[in-house]
Amino acid sequence: MPSAQRSLIRPRIHHRDIKERLVEAFLFICATSAVAVTTAIVVVLVYESAGFFERVSIVDFLTDTMWTPLFAEARYGILPLLCGTLLAAGVALLVAVPLGLMVALYLSEFAPVKVRESVKPFLELLEGVPTVVYGYFALLFVTPLLQNVIPDLPGFNVLSPGIVIGIMIVPYVGSVSEDAMRAVPNALREASYACGATRLQTTLRVVMPAAASGIAAAFVLGIARATGETMVVAIAAGQQPNLTLDPTEPAATITAYIVQVALGDLPHGSIGYQSIFAAGLVLLLITLLFNILAHLLRMRFREAY
Amino acid sequence: MSAVVTAVPFATQSVSADPKVKSRIRGLNFYYGNLQALKNIDMVVYEHAVTALIGPSGCGKSTLLRCFNRMHDLTPHTRYEGEIRLYPDDVNIVSSDIDPIEVRMRISMVFQKPNPFPKSIYENVAYGLRVRGVKARSELDGRVEAALRGAALWEEVKDRLEEPGTALSGGQQQRLCIARALATDPEIVLFDEPTSALDPIATASIEDLIISMAGSVTILIVTHNMQQAARVSSYTAFMYLGELVEYGPTTELFTRPRHQRTSDYLTGRFG
Ligand SMILES: Nc1ncnc2c1ncn2[C@@H]1O[C@H](COP(=O)(O)OP(=O)(O)O)[C@@H](O)[C@H]1O
Ligand SMILES: [Mg+2]
Repeated sequence: MPSAQRSLIRPRIHHRDIKERLVEAFLFICATSAVAVTTAIVVVLVYESAGFFERVSIVDFLTDTMWTPLFAEARYGILPLLCGTLLAAGVALLVAVPLGLMVALYLSEFAPVKVRESVKPFLELLEGVPTVVYGYFALLFVTPLLQNVIPDLPGFNVLSPGIVIGIMIVPYVGSVSEDAMRAVPNALREASYACGATRLQTTLRVVMPAAASGIAAAFVLGIARATGETMVVAIAAGQQPNLTLDPTEPAATITAYIVQVALGDLPHGSIGYQSIFAAGLVLLLITLLFNILAHLLRMRFREAY
Repeated sequence: MSAVVTAVPFATQSVSADPKVKSRIRGLNFYYGNLQALKNIDMVVYEHAVTALIGPSGCGKSTLLRCFNRMHDLTPHTRYEGEIRLYPDDVNIVSSDIDPIEVRMRISMVFQKPNPFPKSIYENVAYGLRVRGVKARSELDGRVEAALRGAALWEEVKDRLEEPGTALSGGQQQRLCIARALATDPEIVLFDEPTSALDPIATASIEDLIISMAGSVTILIVTHNMQQAARVSSYTAFMYLGELVEYGPTTELFTRPRHQRTSDYLTGRFG
């Protein structure tokens, strides 16, 4: 027989339940509002772009080689902007990949614990430098420096902001790849050393390949950042859309165009106004693509460990 | 002191009449920072025999084993004192003048948990050769096959050498790690509780393998399983709190332990 003191199991729904439900509802609202805002942004973007595409055909948008929405004879080809964007991101990547890898390799495999612990916060600090600062750094310091090497380099060009964006994302790329390398189990390093490998061999032949998908994800996220980067290119690349693959020429990127137009006062609903939404939509799709790719790479990395 | 161990089967591994000394440990002390983990160890390791290190957890078995391939050099603030002489070279391999990489080229290791690289079966075995600069495909092929045969894995994997080593079963992964350790023709192979992560069937096959390897290579094995020590080894060292309490032919140590601690441990009174 159960003892007499035993409390009865009461039916559900009393004050404790209600309180818990209120908290739950509140948290649910918080969580959904974040999603709702994002969704709203996408909806506005798509809605305004739809207005744009009623006036400009998608084929023209994707194939025309001129982007001059504010001229009397307006042309709406996204290619020059896309080209400027990818060119700047490409230059940035050429700088960020080797530097970021070296930073990550050094911090993860070579640096004494003390050095690593003091350098990492410093890297994160660098991530917080306002991008305007980098923009002027590109325009007023890197460009003149480059002009010493390439005498007829124009004051506005893609090369200089590309390099600076590359430097700018090194801390991010480096610290994310470092996390990936440090997630490689120590048992693998021990196995490598026990086979007679040096530290460098262990790093290059075991740790890096084992972390490859994680490192790749870091770089893809780095590109996503570089393509979304606004201030540096707006300041140092000039603002003329230019269909070229030559980084020594001036050009505009999608983000630079958006800033330029958004700063002027275009009438609401005008085609120039709508064009920034169409450009923004393209940018969103590109970044989304990179983020999905990075996500897939990370899943692969997680699966392995 | 009477013979007390009846539960443990007798060692089946015989002791040769005139064994050659492969290595001699003299006055070995080892420190992790201020913690002295090995205290004045003196011991002889015989060539082409299996020597087991037993003792309760934390007594320093792994620490002693890892002195042999200088693994401790990877941990900051560690210090060796004394000697581990390796013959026929007659050098002290824990001396700071000796390059640990040279030592690891001669003395390889198999770990507690199978730790194949996320590479193909072939590349796992070839790894030690590649870091030594062997590039010729024919040489690699031959030595990879020989090592896989030596680890009794060849028949199971010969048709899928390009598959990832991590896709094998636990027991196969451990044999792959043994093949990796054998590929470079080591003089000594160190085993640190190589079967503690494996099921009984895989364990039995690894034990058979260790016994068969002893004909051509010197083996040191850490085990917390006394039956395993009895089955595979010719010599056994019993350690306690960083000291070597008793060392001798496995049969003698198990049937006529000279120290009270040894017999207490063997009969399961502690540890
Ligand atoms: N990396 C380390 N740093 C500090 N102390 C350690 C380290 N590894 C082992 N020890 C200590 O050294 C002693 C022996 O450990 P170990 O050789 O691993 O024992 P066993 O293998 O016999 O279980 C233990 O007291 C353990 O806590
Ligand atoms: Mg141990």
